[in-house]
Amino acid sequence: MDRREPGAGFSDGAARLRVAVHKFGSCDGCQLAFLNAGPALLALAEAVELVHFLEAGLDDPDARVDVAFVEGSIGTSEEAERIRAVRERARVLVAIGACATTGGVQALRNLADAGGWVARTYPEPDRVHVLPESAPVRAHVAVDLELAGCPVTTRAVTETVASLLRGALPAPRHEKLCLECKRAGLACVMVSRGEPCLGPVTAAGCGALCPGLGRGCYGCFGPSELPEAGALAARLRALGLDAAAVRRRLLAIHAGVPAFQQAALRQVGEEDGDGR
Amino acid sequence: MPEPGWLPLQRADALLATLREAGYRVVGPQVADGIIRYGPLGEAAALPWGVRVEADAGRWRLRRTGEGRAFAWANGPQALKPLLFAPEETLWRTDADGRPAPQAPEAPPPTAVIGVRACDLAALALLDAHFLRPGREDPWYAARRSGLLLVAVHCTHPAATCFCASTGDGPEAREGHDLALWELEEGWLVEAAGAAGERLLAALPLEAPPAGAAERARTEVAAAAAAQTRRLPEGPLQARLFERLDHPRWAQVGERCLACGSCTAVCPTCFCHAAEERPGLDGSSARVRRWSSCFTEGHSYIHGIVLRPDARSRYRQWLTHKLGAWHAQYGRSGCVGCGRCIAWCPAAIDLVEEMEAIVGDA
Amino acid sequence: MATPEPVPGIDLPVPARVAGRVQESPTIVTLRLELEDPARQAAFRFAPGQFNMLHLPGVGEVPISISSDPDHDTFLGHTVRMVGRVTRALARLPVGARLGVRGPFGRGWPLEAARGGDVVVLAGGLGCAPVVGAVRYVLHRRRDYGRLVVMQGVKHAEDLIWRAQYEAWAREPDVQVLLAADVAGGDWPWNVGPVTELLEGARFDRGRCTVLMCGPEPMMIAAARRLEALGVPAAAIHLSMERNMQCALGRCGHCQIGPWFVCRDGPVFRYDRIRPLLGVRGF
Repeated sequence: MDRREPGAGFSDGAARLRVAVHKFGSCDGCQLAFLNAGPALLALAEAVELVHFLEAGLDDPDARVDVAFVEGSIGTSEEAERIRAVRERARVLVAIGACATTGGVQALRNLADAGGWVARTYPEPDRVHVLPESAPVRAHVAVDLELAGCPVTTRAVTETVASLLRGALPAPRHEKLCLECKRAGLACVMVSRGEPCLGPVTAAGCGALCPGLGRGCYGCFGPSELPEAGALAARLRALGLDAAAVRRRLLAIHAGVPAFQQAALRQVGEEDGDGR
Repeated sequence: MPEPGWLPLQRADALLATLREAGYRVVGPQVADGIIRYGPLGEAAALPWGVRVEADAGRWRLRRTGEGRAFAWANGPQALKPLLFAPEETLWRTDADGRPAPQAPEAPPPTAVIGVRACDLAALALLDAHFLRPGREDPWYAARRSGLLLVAVHCTHPAATCFCASTGDGPEAREGHDLALWELEEGWLVEAAGAAGERLLAALPLEAPPAGAAERARTEVAAAAAAQTRRLPEGPLQARLFERLDHPRWAQVGERCLACGSCTAVCPTCFCHAAEERPGLDGSSARVRRWSSCFTEGHSYIHGIVLRPDARSRYRQWLTHKLGAWHAQYGRSGCVGCGRCIAWCPAAIDLVEEMEAIVGDA
Repeated sequence: MATPEPVPGIDLPVPARVAGRVQESPTIVTLRLELEDPARQAAFRFAPGQFNMLHLPGVGEVPISISSDPDHDTFLGHTVRMVGRVTRALARLPVGARLGVRGPFGRGWPLEAARGGDVVVLAGGLGCAPVVGAVRYVLHRRRDYGRLVVMQGVKHAEDLIWRAQYEAWAREPDVQVLLAADVAGGDWPWNVGPVTELLEGARFDRGRCTVLMCGPEPMMIAAARRLEALGVPAAAIHLSMERNMQCALGRCGHCQIGPWFVCRDGPVFRYDRIRPLLGVRGF
């Protein structure tokens, strides 16, 4: 069966989905989107049969499942091998959260001499099998759906399960945060306060949490569609941020995103020129 | 038409009381989070007294002056649009058996909005033309529109981003309102338009206007028109825009444009919305529509192809529609000169400047 | 102002069942739908070329052309090609499954105005469902029309669905069926090359015909230019356009091409009217 046809076997809505939640290079926060579901947790537990979920005490990583939710980036050779096994045993693979979808905070090392750090830090560096880059899951195996967020929202997870129960993937969401912010009736912090904000290049989904508190967006939800990071960087400079500050903003959570990387690295050599 | 009456500022609350007695809940502008926002208005003291707006491309700030005026400011990011065309609403629901159940349009209580500007009245007429097309009225919009009463305020303090005089939509409110206020230092000159307005005017505890009030008020509004420095190029731009689809300026503005859709969200006439399905774990589902934008990928998506993949083509779509195709669709330009798209563009793109560059030389 | 209620079948979907399904190809399925309310089903009127919005609860809603005959069939035929999330789920619906229907929407083919003249149908690629209803319509009312020419182009020979159907049509009197594949396979007795080349061999009255076209825009542009060169008036050429349609009521704004809302002013457009924006990138 084609694993990209998620509904082929369970489109009648009667069967419970067999679900695994796997963890890779990450902080465990996204898995908590399940455990923090509140009242939805009961409905979730009825709708799915959780077979592997270490945070919930279920330990069967090799089980074949309908849906594997994968948290975390792929950053070691062991992880690269394990994600292939997860892929083989799942009909649908859903990458959840910043680490699994862009490489996460740890992708900062993609821009640095990570091998040198290992050599300097560990007494036996040969025992550290770290890959040159912290990569999103999609860089290693086929991914059916990505849910953004740092962490991913409970709502996105439950809607994904609800959609898969009906035999379809949910519609991907790559809309920009600005639209979500405007729908919420919030004041644009860039325009009304001169606050730097990554909203124009960041995917919606958080409910415009930071702008709602008068702060600029830090980009937890990763790149939106058409992330015009270069144009935004130019505007942030015009608002008074220096090159280093613009770089820090763009790279803080999603250093692995090419559009952010390019815009950030173009800032090098301007004014302060201190690189990182 | 009855003569305008005079409401001294110290009795401003009488306006709210009269509206409430007539059965309206009152919505009006207030300062919140550093902007001016429309919301339920409890008392006249909550109006934005003593503030002015300083705006430029990509910048909007309130400045406190302490002067005794409630309407000495140009518009904030939104006015009537969110009250009528909801940012997000459920159209229908389906139960666990897939049976559709109508989500009856929520009919708000009759609502009076105080402080509506000429540009927003012009925009409302355009939203009406779109959502209340005869035979295909949008029931959700219509439910909110039916109980709406509008108290306009003729604009005396436009921002630097305003250009309503050049689109012919302001600063004087001419139609679409029920009551209109001319604001002077010591009071409001109140006039009525239409039957509902006249009934309210009769119910207000008005006095005879001080000598020369009407002249002074008209002079202030005329000065507001003269103070506007931005002007859209003259005449219908439809043909000129569609002749210049390959103008190099589209690519130049595309370089700066973030394609964030902020301009379309604050635009009082932009009506594009997207539908999405919200499945529940219990088998039910909701069909929801929400504000969207021609700056989104989804706007021009047809299975696997995005017809407008870059900021250049999305910006061009917006303006060829707003200032061009709107003429064919609704008999006039879709721009009312409110300047919101200029002030609230996080990239500081100025529509007037772009139009001058693209069609201004003809 | 009186407040209109949402109209079932227009603003809101009405429930329907899958009464039958035909697997036309691995990726194309024809669904026969029946509205659950028999009175509503009996009263459902549409013209070929119009479309319905099919709502799959919990998944989404998509516009699909109606391919059945408005007078001869007691069901609503919808040929669904699996191209996206929703169409994939729709195409897997079993008989008996429930879904929602809104419609019919849009302007269909000008088949009333076409009476008395020849009808030329030109379809490219797999997007040929909108014209199939028109062909059946003409065949069911054979005496009202002159010659019928059906031209269908596909990329690969194996993409041709309804092969038996084309062969059956070709046996009808005064019907000419011409097929072309860009890449032919072993069993392909017809033309190899672009569908526009078929025009040379088509026999019809160029001054008194109605042309119905459907398919990729570059194909339609090339064919329309060729037809004009052959003497067919631009006003006699009609194209079915495809754009993102979410509301079907001219409200959501997605389907605009310049001044037109495709869902309401189309999907069928007269070539001479839409020509200025046809093929312009970004529209």
